[in-house]
Amino acid sequence: MDTHIGDIELTLTPQGGSAVWRFGLAPERLPAFARAIQEEGGQLLALWGSDDRHLGRGFGLHMVFLSSQGLVWTQADLPAAAPEYPDLAAIFPQAERMQRAAYDLLGLRASGAVDGRKWLRHTAWGEDEYPLRKDAPSQPPPASPTQADAYPFIRVAGDGVHEIPVGPIHAGVIEPGHFRFSVVGDKVLRLEERLGYTHKGIEKRFEGMDLSLGARLAGRVSGDSHSAYTWAYCMAVEAALGFTVPERALWLRALLLEMERVANHLGDLGYLGNDVALSFGFAQFWRLKEDWLRLAQRLFGHRYAFDCIVPGGVTTDLGEADALLDLVRRLRTEVAELKAVYDEHAGVQDRFAHTGRVDPAMAARLGVIGLAGRASAQAWDLRVQFPHPPYDRLEVNMATDRRGDVLARVEVRFAEVFESLRLIEAIVQRLPADPLQAEVPHADGVREGLGYVEGWRGPVLVAVRIGMDGRLDRVHPHDPSWQNWPALEVGILGNIVPDFPLINKSFNLSYSGHDL
Amino acid sequence: MTTGIALQIGQTLLALVLAPMLMGWVNVCRAWLQGRVAPPLLQPYYNLRKLFHKDAVLAHDATRLFRFAPYIIFACMVLAAGIVPTLANDLPFSPAADVIALVGLFALARVFQALAALDIGTAFGSLGARREMLIAFLAEPALLMVFFTASLISQSTELPHIVDRLAHQEFALYPSLAFAAVAFWMVSTAENARIPVDNPTTHLELTMIHEAMVLEYSARHLAMIEWAVALKLFTYSTLGIALFLPWGIAPAGDLNALPLALLALALKLAIGGAALALLETVNAKMRLFRAPEFLGTAFLLAVLGMLTHFLLEV
Repeated sequence: MDTHIGDIELTLTPQGGSAVWRFGLAPERLPAFARAIQEEGGQLLALWGSDDRHLGRGFGLHMVFLSSQGLVWTQADLPAAAPEYPDLAAIFPQAERMQRAAYDLLGLRASGAVDGRKWLRHTAWGEDEYPLRKDAPSQPPPASPTQADAYPFIRVAGDGVHEIPVGPIHAGVIEPGHFRFSVVGDKVLRLEERLGYTHKGIEKRFEGMDLSLGARLAGRVSGDSHSAYTWAYCMAVEAALGFTVPERALWLRALLLEMERVANHLGDLGYLGNDVALSFGFAQFWRLKEDWLRLAQRLFGHRYAFDCIVPGGVTTDLGEADALLDLVRRLRTEVAELKAVYDEHAGVQDRFAHTGRVDPAMAARLGVIGLAGRASAQAWDLRVQFPHPPYDRLEVNMATDRRGDVLARVEVRFAEVFESLRLIEAIVQRLPADPLQAEVPHADGVREGLGYVEGWRGPVLVAVRIGMDGRLDRVHPHDPSWQNWPALEVGILGNIVPDFPLINKSFNLSYSGHDL
Repeated sequence: MTTGIALQIGQTLLALVLAPMLMGWVNVCRAWLQGRVAPPLLQPYYNLRKLFHKDAVLAHDATRLFRFAPYIIFACMVLAAGIVPTLANDLPFSPAADVIALVGLFALARVFQALAALDIGTAFGSLGARREMLIAFLAEPALLMVFFTASLISQSTELPHIVDRLAHQEFALYPSLAFAAVAFWMVSTAENARIPVDNPTTHLELTMIHEAMVLEYSARHLAMIEWAVALKLFTYSTLGIALFLPWGIAPAGDLNALPLALLALALKLAIGGAALALLETVNAKMRLFRAPEFLGTAFLLAVLGMLTHFLLEV
């Protein structure tokens, strides 16, 4: 299809019936293209690299843009000898950390980038090593413990300014991340994040896996978004191989995804109560979440329905639909009651309102996406704008808010819980009769595909390349946390240190999904 | 005299032994109110035993101050618990049972706590110490005003006289004490690091006040501090009882009134603990910078109590 974004003419290649368009571009034309996307109101969703030298090319730089046309998957080929491309962070700030990661993993350099510091690289591999290149060993040599991780944090100077380093080990059992606060008294002047502590080499691990094992690994990129990741991975595999899965399987996948959304939102709403010391809310929401998870255990054999989604369909059918509908009805009443408690509690509202504000203009500038974006008037929801089956027949209502504070993120969560409960009822009632799985065809040659699913945090993307041998050659899972972590640095500004845990929890971003 | 000394020792030991149970009771009530399965009532004792059996870990930069501070804090709290009339009035320590001295004892413990937190030089220690001082310099005047209101009635700042006047003489209603009682509750929550000022059960190190100061303590040092925290809550509770609900405390030299006094104390503590748990369940923690407003209100109420005394009671 020929179309144009801004005044750039594009020849877009559709990816079998989905909202993904492929587009090849010379590296020097990238900034102009990115700017055209931006002027049109689009965003950069993901940026990653690939080592294509075994395919007779150099390196590949991949980007996925969100535009009115759909998801534009752009690829630029970079020469093997000097893989460089022009910096995109000046246009889309969210590109900055992704560019730094692409350098740490593959040695693709963004020329002209302002921030050239390392990102995912700590001390596990050397300065001139790039672990994601095909010629890098799959097992890295053991890191020498004497190597110090010298990371130049940006210093804030001034009278009475001091730093509070927090993490990566925290007092609670949570994921590791380092936060460097520059404060005057308790007021935060600047927050700088340092992530990468849970880098496990997932992308390298994918290489050479067969397609079904890949689904299991994809689901473990960030455990709280298991269904989102496995579905996105399977969608990518199915698009790459060009086959369709039975309707019933798609509807069941949507059921699992919405159940995951409800479970996570309930847990977060409880945690948000706990963070303002209202343990009543914590106990109540977690009681409901526990009921929900136990039902999932009964229905799908796993509390978070792990490994139910596989390439070609799903493994488990919905057995006791009545039990699910009963719990959905009970949850709707009880969550509404608890919402009234939160709404009318002066202490809770005082803590939530005006705390950790990311205003709509800033959110648009930073490319904040998903739940956090919708709470700051960034009205993007893949289920609404680019609905893939079965969402094209479910008419999802998007929840948005303009305030951008903790309260807005709480409100969006509540709205999405109710919407997901409605969707679950609709799915159960309209579940088509079909087989659960289709046979996965064999790949003939190198095939590529992109899967996109609106997980509970935001859009989860998985890009897959299947090699000549029918095994995985390159898989890149992208978590919305990549572009939302910087929003936390902005949201805390002007707030006080003791409000940080609350603000952080209101975003509840993934470390594992980001660090890979 | 010997019975006096025996009573004094007995009353202090009682505070030492009962204090963790009051803590346990509050935790049990909180769990019940939140619909959780409650921990055992004696859980604080198990914790103390566990901590006393562990090896202490000290920061490299810790000086002797850091090691001695827990004992000084503990000693301050034992002394404070000893001079508040809990069971019987007019004990040998009574001449020392001056409310201003009591405020001084609490301040001494706090100063050592803050110094110890600063001693090791961690970010959280200084953060906690800073916030503790912010709370303290607002809470102390309010606490003193509460005491002054009570002492205006009995014309003395000595606790035995206040108790004697309120409990053992002709019954009278004092509106000024109602104001003072509310102010006292507000100050107590701040001083004991309870909700809505601080959250004793949080794991979020950035939000902590009291807990941030003791993060680096372990084993016997932590046990002393935990015990001192329990003693402080106990002392504040008995102080509240002595000032506002003194009925039941045995008059000077009356041994026969002791069993009843013990029963009354247990009952009052049980009700007080449950009330604290209830307030902690329905309240959220306030934003740190709301604490000055909260304590300012406490001060204002205490002053109103004093004015009421001059308007209505003189």
